[in-house]
Amino acid sequence: MNGLENVRISLRGLAANKLRSGLTVLGVLIGVGAVIVLVAVGTGSSQAVQNRLKALGTNTITILNRGRFGRGPSTTGTQTQAASITTSDVKDLEDRTQAPDIATVSPVLSTSLTGTYGSATYATTVTGTTPTYIGAEDYQIAGGRNITAADVTAHSQVVVLGQTVVSNLFSPGVNPIGQQVQFGSARFSVVGVLAAKGSSSAGQNQDDVAIVPYTAAQDQLTGYATSFSELIVQSTSAQTIDAAEQEAASVLASDNRTTTANLPFTIINQGSLESASASTNQTFTVLLGAVAAISLLVGGIGIMNIMLVTVTERTREVGIRKAIGAPKSAILSQFLTEAVLLSLIGGLAGVAAGLIGSRFRIVGVTPVVAPTSIFEAFAVSVAIGVFFGFYPAHRAASLSPIDALRYE
Amino acid sequence: MSKRYAMGDIEVHALRKVSLTVERGEFLAVMGASGSGKSTLMHIIGCLDVPTSGRYWLDGVDVRLLEENMLSRVRNRKIGFVFQSFNLIPRTSALANVELPLTYAGVGAKDRRRRALAALEAVGLGDRKDHQPSEMSGGQQQRAAVARAIATNPAILLADEPTGNLDSAATAEMMGIFARLNAEGRTVVVITHEPEVAGFAGRVVRLRDGEIVDDHRQARRAGR
Repeated sequence: MNGLENVRISLRGLAANKLRSGLTVLGVLIGVGAVIVLVAVGTGSSQAVQNRLKALGTNTITILNRGRFGRGPSTTGTQTQAASITTSDVKDLEDRTQAPDIATVSPVLSTSLTGTYGSATYATTVTGTTPTYIGAEDYQIAGGRNITAADVTAHSQVVVLGQTVVSNLFSPGVNPIGQQVQFGSARFSVVGVLAAKGSSSAGQNQDDVAIVPYTAAQDQLTGYATSFSELIVQSTSAQTIDAAEQEAASVLASDNRTTTANLPFTIINQGSLESASASTNQTFTVLLGAVAAISLLVGGIGIMNIMLVTVTERTREVGIRKAIGAPKSAILSQFLTEAVLLSLIGGLAGVAAGLIGSRFRIVGVTPVVAPTSIFEAFAVSVAIGVFFGFYPAHRAASLSPIDALRYE
Repeated sequence: MSKRYAMGDIEVHALRKVSLTVERGEFLAVMGASGSGKSTLMHIIGCLDVPTSGRYWLDGVDVRLLEENMLSRVRNRKIGFVFQSFNLIPRTSALANVELPLTYAGVGAKDRRRRALAALEAVGLGDRKDHQPSEMSGGQQQRAAVARAIATNPAILLADEPTGNLDSAATAEMMGIFARLNAEGRTVVVITHEPEVAGFAGRVVRLRDGEIVDDHRQARRAGR
């Protein structure tokens, strides 16, 4: 009684009840496929978030003027006046002695305006800032040049346009560089074009921007304002981001004559955002995997159920086999082989289904198949065949031959 | 030896102190009404069951001392079973059915096929080897069962009402096969309640209520 013989006999047993065997296999298939697809979805979404956060730059800190959003604890005590981010704050943050871990500080003054070129008009967000903004926000210059420190000092009316603005204002083939675009009552000359960047993690179109020197924005667009809506602070490296955050908080606290705890600004650290989202995604993936594992377990119970039915149905056959000299081990291995074959076929088909399913975008996520999840799901399905097949097989092997022969 | 069963609260004495010796090469018929204990006797002779008290020596070996795997080997090598209801494995060709005991005996595929075909030829079923049980007549199925029983070339052939489900022509044919197998030197034990079947045997044992009430030798009817 060799192994191949065993498989042959078992396959014949399974083929005798094609629908039943098929449905049992389907149970395992769904379980294995679900594990692979759902873990792939979890991994895929986690990778997508990581990539988007990486695109944001892991060494940036965003400081928001909370008053702008009309929320926050700035109403405590005497802190009711609208605190704002001013040029002196920027100057202090750029001071290496006060804040050694801060590399760049880019003030942001943004406003929504309609740009006009010839007969084309397009409403966009005009951002008044300094040259470091482009690097801090991970933009690339596709053509022309960035705004310069000289532009800022000279209040030059120059603009760097994002791809969305370019395509809406200029007909294809027209080089925007050197052209004049009207924003409000002022004309800005286009000096550069940004490379396309796509959507942010919040779903915002990051190419729908026009970047101008903040001095020109104050002069021409927002009316002379002394405060900024936000600051983009870059730390010297990804490792120093937490230190940079501390330094920024204490500088701003002393400038506003308050403590870091009562700071009227919101400080968003990209590094901590990333680690928080990484752990959220980990939980998400584990949860998805657990749900899928339950369906695999249910598939295993299906195998056990069907094997118990099979053993009962074939009690007489077991009796005959025993009468003609089948040892206990032969009966055990026959039924165990059937159970394992069911789970093996289900496992293989499940891997195939999982791989096919992972090729599609699922709820906006491109699944990333983890090779270990394929191997694990497959191994677990076979183990489930052995585990859930053993009891029915043992029951068959332990039947007394005369009782089995008498069974009708 | 004796055999008792507990059926609920009632104890049934299937065999009461039966003492029987079967010689090598004998053709024995066991007769009796249903419930007389003849099937129990056959199960014990066939090592499917053990007596409650007393002993059973098969070929000089006390069967009680054999553990389960050894009993399987004994059933496989020394005993061939033929049942009233044929008991072929369904949806399995005649050849595969006959090969089965050889498979359990560990015979290689090529040898197995040769011996199974020889056994089928011996019962005149060589041309039906690929038929499944459902595609064969009762007589053919029973002949396939006999082929399976003799495939491992056992010394003893045990038949429990082998002709119970057969018409008279098939019965005569079947008994002819048994007579021939006995002539080749096999011990044949047939359980039956048909006198014409018992007529083929050289010795007839009658059981009533678990006891032997008659044991005599007779002139054998010749096979066809």
